Amino acid sequence: MNHIAIKMLMGDRGKYLGIVMGLTFASLIMTQQPAIFLGLMSRSYSFITDVGLPDIWVMDEKVQFVDDIKPLQDTELYRVRGISGVQWAMPMYKGLLKARLADGTFQTCIVVGLDDATLIGGPPVMLEGKLDDLRRSDGVIVDIDGAQDKLGKPSPTPGGKLIPIKVGDSLELNDQRAIVVGIAKVTRTFQSQPVVYTTYSRAKNYAPKERKLLSFVLVKAKPGQDLAVLTRRIRATTGLAAYTSEEFKSLTYEYFMRNTGIPINFGISVLLGFIVGAAIAGQTFYNFTLENLRQFGVLKAMGTSNWTLLRMILLQAVLVGTIGYGLGVGLTALFGYSMRNSILAFKFPWQLLMFSGAGVSLICVFAALVSIIKVIRLEPAIVFKG
Amino acid sequence: MDSSSLAVRCQNVIKIYDTGGQKVTALNGVNLDIAMGELMMLVGPSGCGKTTLISVIAGILDQDEGCCEVFGEDLLNMSGQSKLNFRARNIGFVFQAFNLLPALNAAENVSLPLIINGMKRPEAERKAIAVLEQVGLGARVTALPSELSGGQQQRVAIARALVHSPRLIVCDEPTSSLDHETGHNVMTLLKDVALHKDRALVIVTHDARIFSFADRIAKMDDGHIIEVKDEN
Repeated sequence: MNHIAIKMLMGDRGKYLGIVMGLTFASLIMTQQPAIFLGLMSRSYSFITDVGLPDIWVMDEKVQFVDDIKPLQDTELYRVRGISGVQWAMPMYKGLLKARLADGTFQTCIVVGLDDATLIGGPPVMLEGKLDDLRRSDGVIVDIDGAQDKLGKPSPTPGGKLIPIKVGDSLELNDQRAIVVGIAKVTRTFQSQPVVYTTYSRAKNYAPKERKLLSFVLVKAKPGQDLAVLTRRIRATTGLAAYTSEEFKSLTYEYFMRNTGIPINFGISVLLGFIVGAAIAGQTFYNFTLENLRQFGVLKAMGTSNWTLLRMILLQAVLVGTIGYGLGVGLTALFGYSMRNSILAFKFPWQLLMFSGAGVSLICVFAALVSIIKVIRLEPAIVFKG
Repeated sequence: MDSSSLAVRCQNVIKIYDTGGQKVTALNGVNLDIAMGELMMLVGPSGCGKTTLISVIAGILDQDEGCCEVFGEDLLNMSGQSKLNFRARNIGFVFQAFNLLPALNAAENVSLPLIINGMKRPEAERKAIAVLEQVGLGARVTALPSELSGGQQQRVAIARALVHSPRLIVCDEPTSSLDHETGHNVMTLLKDVALHKDRALVIVTHDARIFSFADRIAKMDDGHIIEVKDEN
């Protein structure tokens, strides 16, 4: 009877396409919007992801997220280095500084100062130049997105495209010269500001003069050291906050979740998508069953059991659900792929596939359930009604 | 009449519909015997209970009182599954509106009762094609119902009613959607192909032009059989 169920489903092409399109739309909106949301939220901690090497981040205890810089005294670095279980500890400066561009305009940049000796915490991918080039006089490395866009030089022709800054070009950071010695690929940040890497000592020179300029102490634990134990020890010894990379990401992520309207806005969008998709797909599938009620009645009169009819309807629901889900997820993936080089945030983890799969299954089960109840209650004598 | 030669025996069958608190008596003590090899027509005005009676006889509607035995089996006392199996094996249906599944071609439609009875699809379709040839539609086995004329659709419906060799065929207004000549052809086909000594046909009709095909005509009015006329 499976063959008959499939033929019944696909026999009416218009209805069949309507159900599939409803489910495609539902799964598209259930994956695309959350993928953008996750992409956007992952940008909030992209800096921590990019600085992959350290196990633990040490900072002022009042820091709420990665961009919430509350500087420390340089002496804190030596206190952390003295704690047992610490293999190494390096300073990092992170701050927002204004860069003066070639056309005289200013652009706020995220300036990252790396330990002068080791350059730990540098960009994950170098596109031009080497990380070691930071040792050259006034050397800075800028991220490719910033270089092409916000730090770009104006076109000689009015209205023309910006000319990306390149290795050898110079900037002014807080009235001091900076020479671009490399171009790096970094994950876009939440604020999408250009990221400029330099050494720690040079960053302190660029930064306005303050008593405290150390943003973070990056810590590598000794092999076999329990990170939870070490973070507790650092906290107890220094009175500073210490988080593993994952904890610091969570802290940042949760801050944005709690303090911005993003989750609510996207949540409403996803919920609306789910409701609209469910309504379209459910209603179309239910209508399809209603219109086929006489056919189900004929099958029932001829001796088909309710169990067989139930299996037929479930098969139809599973089939349209799978096709709709596949198309929706495929379109989302295509969307993500086509936007991979754009400014759009997009992250499509397997958990999201599971979430949308569960959502589409829920719609199909609900639509099938309502239809099944109708068919089970159906009097086969309906077949003799004109 | 010898009970072993009976296809259907209805005794004092009563069926009352409850339509929104209002009770409508559709069958009010119907007594009717239908013999094997007999073509019985049920006639009467609209609303007299003809369709309700064949629904009870076909086992797709339960009466409220009385007894309706089909081939000696009291359908009311059968379990749901037994009744389904009984219907699947023993009853063939021909409907006024043909009720062919529009997405299935003629052979697939005809093979349905065999598949419901557990036959594998290829074998069922082979047998269906043979029956379609018997009703003169051997050349249209792959046609969809929408590609067939009314008369051809009814012939497919007859083939579907016959394919699993049921012992009782119930037909509801089988000619009312057809012109005179086509209706006549359909009745000829039913009588020639469907009717034989081990099978009974019950036909509900308003169509006086086909009365001559009946062995007996039971006239109904107001939920009663008021007259049974022998046409032979």
